[in-house]
Order: sequence, then C-alpha cells, then structure tokens
Amino acid sequence: MTFWNDPINLIANWLNTLLTGWGVPASLATVLIYFIGITVLVVFAMVLDIGLVWVERKVVARFQDRLGPNRLGPFGLIQPIADIIKMVIKEDITPAGAEKVLYNIAPVLSATSVIMLWAILPLAANIYGVDLNVALLYIVAMGALGTLAIIIAGWASNNKYALLGAFRMVANMVAYEIPMVIVLLIPTILAGTMSVIGITEAQRNLWFVFLSPLGAVIFMISAIAELGRSPFDLNEAESEIVAGFHIEYTGMKFGWFYASELLHAFTFGGFAAILFFGGYNGFFGLEQFPAFSWLNIPFVQALVFIVKAMIGYWVIMWVKYSMPRIRIDHMLAFNWKFLVPLSLVLLVVTAILHRILVVLPTWQYALGMFAANIVIITATIEILRAHGRKQRQAEYALLKTQ
Amino acid sequence: MTVEQILFLLAGAVILVSAFLVVTVRKLMHAALWLVVTLFGVAVLYALLQANFLAVVQLVVYIGAIAILFIFAVMLTRKEMRDLGPQTRSNWWVAVLVGAAVLMGLVFVVLAIPGVERTAQVLPEGLDTVQALGVALVSPNAYVLPFEVASVLLLAALIGAVYLAGIIKK
Repeated sequence: MTFWNDPINLIANWLNTLLTGWGVPASLATVLIYFIGITVLVVFAMVLDIGLVWVERKVVARFQDRLGPNRLGPFGLIQPIADIIKMVIKEDITPAGAEKVLYNIAPVLSATSVIMLWAILPLAANIYGVDLNVALLYIVAMGALGTLAIIIAGWASNNKYALLGAFRMVANMVAYEIPMVIVLLIPTILAGTMSVIGITEAQRNLWFVFLSPLGAVIFMISAIAELGRSPFDLNEAESEIVAGFHIEYTGMKFGWFYASELLHAFTFGGFAAILFFGGYNGFFGLEQFPAFSWLNIPFVQALVFIVKAMIGYWVIMWVKYSMPRIRIDHMLAFNWKFLVPLSLVLLVVTAILHRILVVLPTWQYALGMFAANIVIITATIEILRAHGRKQRQAEYALLKTQ
Repeated sequence: MTVEQILFLLAGAVILVSAFLVVTVRKLMHAALWLVVTLFGVAVLYALLQANFLAVVQLVVYIGAIAILFIFAVMLTRKEMRDLGPQTRSNWWVAVLVGAAVLMGLVFVVLAIPGVERTAQVLPEGLDTVQALGVALVSPNAYVLPFEVASVLLLAALIGAVYLAGIIKK
C-alpha cells in the first residue's frame, strides 16, 4: 500500500496510529477520522465550486459571443474570488414579513442537499465517501431535500413571486423525479447492483451508454429538470416572476443558492458519467493492457472522472444557454405524456432483453441492447410524427371551413 | 456508551421533541416542517439499524412525496395559516390517561418479546440486504402474495384518481 495506490486508506491508517498513540480511544479516533474526512470532502467540493463559477461564466460568454471575465488574473481566474468578497460584504437583508429562522435555514439546506450527494460520488476506485448499496435511491432522497429547501425559501420570504417560483419548482421536481427514478433502474438492471462503485466496475469494458443510449438521454433531461435549469427554469423565470424563490435573498445567502446550483449541475454531470459513461474507468477496458496500467492510479482515475463530469456539466450548460424556456403546461405534459411512458417502455424492454441476452457473448449482447434502443427511438419518433401530422391536418381542415 | 448509543439517544430525543411540536405549534406550516424533522429522525433510526433501504425509502417516500404534498396542501388551503382557538378540550386528562395506558401496554408487550435486550447483530461482510429484501418480496415462500395484493390496491387507487381527475374535463 503506497501513497500512489491507496492514498485515502494510507492517510486514515496513519491518522489512526497517530491518534491512538496519543491515547485517544479507538472508537473516538474512528469518529474523529471520519469527521476529518468529511470536512476534507466538503472543502474540496466547495473549492471546486469556486472554480465552477469561473467555468460557467466563461462558457456562457462563449455561447453568447462575449469574452467573459478577463480582467482579474490570467483569463479572469481571480474573478470568482472577487465575487465572493463582494457577496460577503453586501448588506444582509431579511424582509420584514419573513419567517426569520426558516428564511435563514433554506440556503443552508439547499447547499446541504448537494454536498450530501458527494458522500457517494466515487472519484476513483478507492477515493469515495461511502459505498451505499442503495446509492441510486439516495440520489433521489437528496433531491427531495433540495425540493424542501426551495419550498421553505419560497414560503419564508413572504413574497408572492418567491411563492410562485416555489410552487412551480415543486411541480417540476415532483414530476421529473418519476422518469429519473425509472431511468436510474436501468443501470441497476444492467449492473445488478445499486451501488455506484458496483455500477462503475460493471462498465470496465463497455459503457452503459452503448447498451442504453435512450436511458442516458432521458437521465440527462430529467437531471436538467431536477436542477431547475433552462429550459425548465420556470422557478426563476426572470421575465415573469423576477427571480423566483430566491428573490428576497441578498449577499452570501443568495450566494449559497447560486453555488449549490452550480455544484448540483456539476454533480449531476458526474452522475451521468458514473451511470452511463464508465465513471472513473478509462475507455473500453484500456487499463487491462500493461501499456495503459497507469490508468489504474487513483489520481489518474479521479482526473478521468472529473473530465467526464465536466463534459456532462458542459452539456447541461450547452442546453441551458441555447434553449428558450418552455411553458409550465407544456413542461408537465412533456413529462407525464411522453417521458414517463417512454421510460417505462424502455425499462420493461431493457429488463426482459437483459435476462434473455446476458448468456450471449458480449458483442452480441451489446448489439441486441443497442438495436432494441434504436427500435424504441424510431417507434417513438414515428408515433410523434403521426400525431403531429394528424394535428396539423385537423388545424388545416378547421382553417378551410372558416 | 458507544457512538451508536449516543446517536440513538440523539435521534430519539429529536423525534420526541419534534413530534411534540407537530401537535402543539400554532402555525400549520411549522407543524408540517416539524413533521419533516420527525420523519428524518425515524430515517436515522433505520440507518442505525443497518436498514439502508428502509432509511432511504423513508426519505424518498415520506419527506420527498408525502411531507411535500402536505406542505403544498397547507400552502394552498387557507389564507391565515394559523390556528387561534384553544388547543385543549376540557376532557384532555382522559386523553392523557388513555395515552399513558397505551404506552405502558406497549412497553410491557415489547419487553415480553424474547431477546429484546440483545445487542444488534453485526451483519456478515458482503451480505446485500437490498437483494435479500427484493428476493423476499417476489419469492412464493415469502411475501409475494401481500406484495401483489398491495400493488393491486395501489393500481385501483391510481385508476380511481385518474377517473376522478378525468370527470372534471367534460
């Protein structure tokens, strides 16, 4: 066990011998080490979050044909630090009619719901918080905490725009949770486990995106809806309800909402990487060859994971900055009449085909699963086209009679 | 005292205090939020019992769905979300007596269960409790019948809800 092969356990063991050497009881030493580990993980996530502010602003600038922050430091890298200083020294206003305690809890709860997700995020094969056997349900549970934070923020602000934003957000999150849960079952079926480590290890040779491309797309859509980002950003639609649930928040309290939204987007990029793009694994089992054994070093794995998560995050930003906001009834209809039935069909087909094809050699199995997805996608497009044509003809007939 | 015992006592205290506040606070919204805290405490108890699946389902179903629907309903129902009337009735002492009697009875019954004072077993390494639960739910020797009956009941409720929602449209 060297530092390069297993850094976390090495440091934990070293701390354990150090603490017990000082006469600390073994159980207390374990608790202390866990506490230190959690603090380091949270600090890492928050420092990464500062970097994400810069990434987000630079990328949106490129999409909108601007330069973005470019004055402070090289490429404007110090801009987020300046932003933080600005937010911390801003006046902290609590509206007169607000519920003080709840109003102040909401931003903390919002950040908590995101940071808790980092507990199960495996950066490498042996760098992770905890290997839960119900990790995928845990993702959904933390989404529930995020919803709660938004309701509390909207209600405690005592502002009609905030409350409207909270209502919309809840309708959005409760609805899109359902396709998300159904699609999370697809990697579960393919890997035979809900643990994120197990799912990542099952993708050593073949990423799940090749077995279930449709599943990956549905996961991305419901993740964007869960994040409340455009085109599902009705909760803070600037042109209608000013800023939605966080309208009354100032300074760093607003900063918490902003920071947790960015970190949430990155985290979901990471989950897309874990569930469908092989997580910390290299490409197509490359690390099994001696020439590529350096891919098994935990720090390289962590780097691979972060790059994949950044690509997922970039796709989320790409969608955000190129799609217009959609109306709430369209959004709910899209979920209940399209995504939910589609994901249910996909789940049933995946479950049955996986059972039948899993005995075959890998390439036949993969080809079968991929072909099934293509068939479902084609059928969906054909049904949509027929439906659209019928509607257009009805409109045309109506026009002719007038 | 072990770490588990401290956590158990903390979670128990949180559950009791927040459950008491659910029925005593005046604002309906606060009652709903204290209920969330109570349900969260129960999830912690499940986690302490190594029942990961139940703990997470407690969060997803009770906090993610039921409590949020409660809060939604509370926010939509009344303008003044405050109860100004008296909180007790003249015969409150009868309720206290009945409640105390039920508590005593429950404590007596629980203590009568053989092996109640045993400490929790450490689960063997590599045992997948989720898989064991899943197999038990679909195995004919275990719980497949109650499971299917419950799913038929839920399906009936679902169809009923869709039917009721469909009537208004016409």
